[in-house]
Amino acid sequence: MDPSLIDWSRAQFALTAIYHWFFVPLTLGLSFIIAFMETMYIRTGDEHWKRITKYWMTLFGINFAIGVATGIILEFEFGTNWSNYSWFVGDIFGAPLAIEGILAFFLESTFIAVMFFGWNKVGKKFHLLSTWLVAAGANLSALWILVANAWMQYPAGMHFNPDTARNEMVNFWEVLFSPVAINKFLHTVQSGYVLASVFVIGISSWYLLKKREEMLAKRSMLVAGVFGLVMSVFIIVTGDHSARLMAKYQPVKFAAMENLYEGQTHAPLVAFGMLKVNESMEEHKKEDFIFKLEIPNFLSYMAFLDANAYVPGIKDLIHGNPERNIMPTTEKIDKGRVAISALKTYKEAKKSGDTAKSDSALTLLNANFNHFGYGFLKDEHEAIPPIKLTFYSFRIMVGLGFLFVLLFIISLWLVLKNKTANKKWFYYSAICMIPLAYLATQMGWMVAEVGRQPWIIQDVMPVSAAVSKLTTGSVQVTFVLFAITFTVLLIADIKILLTQIKKGPKEGGTSHV
Amino acid sequence: MFENLSHLALQQYWWVIVSLLGALLVFLLFVQGGQTLIYRLGKDDLQRTLLVNVLGRKWEFTFTTLVTFGGAFFASFPLFYSTSFGGAYWVWMLILFAFVIQAVSYEFRSKPGNFLGKRTYETFLFINGLVGTVLLGAAVSTFFTGSSFSVNENNFSQWETPFHGLEAALNIQNLSLGLAVFFLSRTLAVLFFIQNVNHPDIMVRARKQLLFDAIPFLVFFLTFLAFLLLKDGFAVHPQTKEVFMEPFKYLHNLLQMPVVAILFLSGVVLVLIGILRTAFCFEKCSDYGIWLSGTGTVLVVFSLFLLAGFNHTAYYPSVFDLQDSLTIENSSSSHYTLTAMSYVSLFVPLVLAYIFFTWRALTRKRIDKSELEQESHIY
Ligand code: HDD
Ligand code: HEM
Ligand code: HEM
Repeated sequence: MDPSLIDWSRAQFALTAIYHWFFVPLTLGLSFIIAFMETMYIRTGDEHWKRITKYWMTLFGINFAIGVATGIILEFEFGTNWSNYSWFVGDIFGAPLAIEGILAFFLESTFIAVMFFGWNKVGKKFHLLSTWLVAAGANLSALWILVANAWMQYPAGMHFNPDTARNEMVNFWEVLFSPVAINKFLHTVQSGYVLASVFVIGISSWYLLKKREEMLAKRSMLVAGVFGLVMSVFIIVTGDHSARLMAKYQPVKFAAMENLYEGQTHAPLVAFGMLKVNESMEEHKKEDFIFKLEIPNFLSYMAFLDANAYVPGIKDLIHGNPERNIMPTTEKIDKGRVAISALKTYKEAKKSGDTAKSDSALTLLNANFNHFGYGFLKDEHEAIPPIKLTFYSFRIMVGLGFLFVLLFIISLWLVLKNKTANKKWFYYSAICMIPLAYLATQMGWMVAEVGRQPWIIQDVMPVSAAVSKLTTGSVQVTFVLFAITFTVLLIADIKILLTQIKKGPKEGGTSHV
Repeated sequence: MFENLSHLALQQYWWVIVSLLGALLVFLLFVQGGQTLIYRLGKDDLQRTLLVNVLGRKWEFTFTTLVTFGGAFFASFPLFYSTSFGGAYWVWMLILFAFVIQAVSYEFRSKPGNFLGKRTYETFLFINGLVGTVLLGAAVSTFFTGSSFSVNENNFSQWETPFHGLEAALNIQNLSLGLAVFFLSRTLAVLFFIQNVNHPDIMVRARKQLLFDAIPFLVFFLTFLAFLLLKDGFAVHPQTKEVFMEPFKYLHNLLQMPVVAILFLSGVVLVLIGILRTAFCFEKCSDYGIWLSGTGTVLVVFSLFLLAGFNHTAYYPSVFDLQDSLTIENSSSSHYTLTAMSYVSLFVPLVLAYIFFTWRALTRKRIDKSELEQESHIY
């Protein structure tokens, strides 16, 4: 397969996914924040709460529309650009996508109409219920797509059927409740809650800075502060758990994320460091540190909850380490090639009716199937993911995660002590946090997705075997089209949001021409 | 319960569900049709805003149905998903683009600071209405005319023309169905406006417009139908599973599956009654045309899908190599997955119920100027 075709297809998927993810986290979190606010309105009957609810709802609507626009591409891209993938694992992977449509998207899009247009048409209680159902729908969409993604990181609940030449689902519950799926769902939706809370606090700070809408700003800050603080604590817990799962199921990703070349016991965690490429080791992707700040023993502890534990490095994982019982990647590649050719023999023997031959081929295939995907790799170095991007992304995400905790504590303290007046330093920092929250969530995905390269499904299928047979030119054209369209729409989205924020809430809560 | 069904029964069950989703999708394309009529029926800003807002409360249903249709097809017939989407790349990409630009247009159209201006978003809506309907219609027509692709022994597929799907537009039968869907969506939109907009000028114009769309629709639809019933079809030998050309295959399907024939004919009749009542006895016969024609549309499209997939027929034929054609048996998910998905499908009635309920709650009254003034959220 043409390498430039693979790269352009990856670039296109990355581009569209990154764009989708600009909008999704805000939807996930803001939908709950709005629902809390409307609940306050119904409980207290205070019209101010209604006005606040409607104000944030307007921003929600603008963001939601473009979230939907960017989502549809992704769904169909599995077919258009990863068609071999769609067959090879479609029996498992298609199900969550379909369930998402049936159970989540309809819930969201039906009740969103009530949420926006129902104020004068349905009862208050029913309206409130609709708002909560929108939040539930949005978060259910996240559930199903993340189950699908988690399955790519840790394929569970399947077996290979040589007759159809694909993987088939044997246990739905293993797919749904795999430890990776549960944790991925929690960590990712929490990142949406944190982002939305930062967003609300940032915009509220802008109003305080301009000395406008102080009631709206303070109340919003209170709701977002509480929600954000709770969720930012949870996100550290689930994030830590992600790392542990990664060490267990995707050790190469873990080593790359830590730039750990040689495995060790009592491994220290590099809290911060700068990398320099080691030219002589280009192939091995060995990167040395220019400087680093270490926390002793912490990596072993993070990975295995034991300061003594051995953490394998890239070198051990790629070249093998007999002492630690780690098989060299070259051996896995050999086994993979055996499996692939056994499948071919099996097919031919089956066609010619030679049962003895097909049976022995099948036995060989089953014995080596665990490493099937490795058979597609050129050499062992291909199995190492890009190190720099994963290493830095992880540190940015984690660093920001702790910073947000601080932000939430300060904002709550200011609101509760009623000291929000004239805190310019706080207003400015809170506003600056908004882009940082977006950065943190994107960085998380960089770790997850770039770190699993070259696999589209860990150990089962590399990206190079998954791609549709198109010309590179076609993919380049659609890439450029998406890049232009989404960028223009993003600019429009930001301009509209800023205009709405500047205008502030109108009587009745929203503004339009 | 589902696990005791045979694999074939599950495949048929899922073909029915996919057909139903496809049929609902074509009905809901009235939103797209309406988008091409905004300037034709709305002569000033207020009128256009009324039209956009009445459509704007429904566009998400069409969109979500399209997404769910794709997802359900993927889960139940993954080989179709990988073959068609990866192969007829350009057709699907164009359809998707047309839906991307639609999704933001309602929300952004009248917002201050919207960067591109109202007219641009209205143009986006128009493009979506034109490209979305014509290409979806043409794509469905390839179920009967075939495409040029191959599938290897590992079920990896490859398109065998360099045009990646654009070649489908050169076939008259495909084009007829594409245009029929386009004019149908406009016809349904007119009926929908008549029922839901309260504005005297729009009403007069809409009633005039009706036949301008209904007649071309009939012409193109009958052309497609003539091709369909007279041509050779892609038949599958019940025992050997070999695919071969059978003269009048689709006509035979219609005659051999009388239930489908009845559905089909009653659908056609309902579509016509809806149009005729609105066109010729509006004052007396009230304004429920959209429901009659809409139900009719669902029945017709549903039965077309059944003609394509049932009665030993290849629903996604390959003209490159007949034996590579996709049938509901050779392209489906495993027994286990279809069973699991069938349990999920039990939620569909619930989904339909809440959609129906909220639809009624929101459109109990026709939309008019005073409503736009009271509403806080306007497109
Ligand atoms: C506001 C955003 C945010 C914040 C503050 C954090 N994360 Fe995160 N993280 C995400 C947003 C995110 C994410 C975008 O949601 C990701 C991408 C994929 C995923 O599962 O969640 C993610 C992935 C992700 C992964 C990769 C999972 C995989 O490869 O499958 C790890 C190891 C962590 N996170 C760990 C942490 C730790 C230890 C944090 C401690 C503070 C942390 N994250 C804070
Ligand atoms: C919305 C948040 C997401 C972001 C920002 C994101 C980001 C990325 C990036 C950057 C790549 C390119 C990696 C590389 O080639 O080096 C990629 C690839 C890919 N991602 Fe994601 N991803 C997201 C979610 C998902 C989900 C939920 C799925 C599946 C359900 C998924 C499936 C894929 C696939 C199939 C590819 C292409 C093949 C590959 O390179 O592995 N992504 N994504
Ligand atoms: C790469 C894989 C992904 C695919 C194929 C995908 C698909 C889609 C589609 C088709 C829509 C439009 C739904 C509609 O018609 O209403 C959508 C919207 C949405 N998606 Fe995704 N999505 C992906 C990644 C994600 C991730 C990672 C999340 C969350 C964690 C997510 C959460 C949502 C939400 C909440 C919406 C609602 C609209 C909005 O964002 O404002 N999606 N997605």
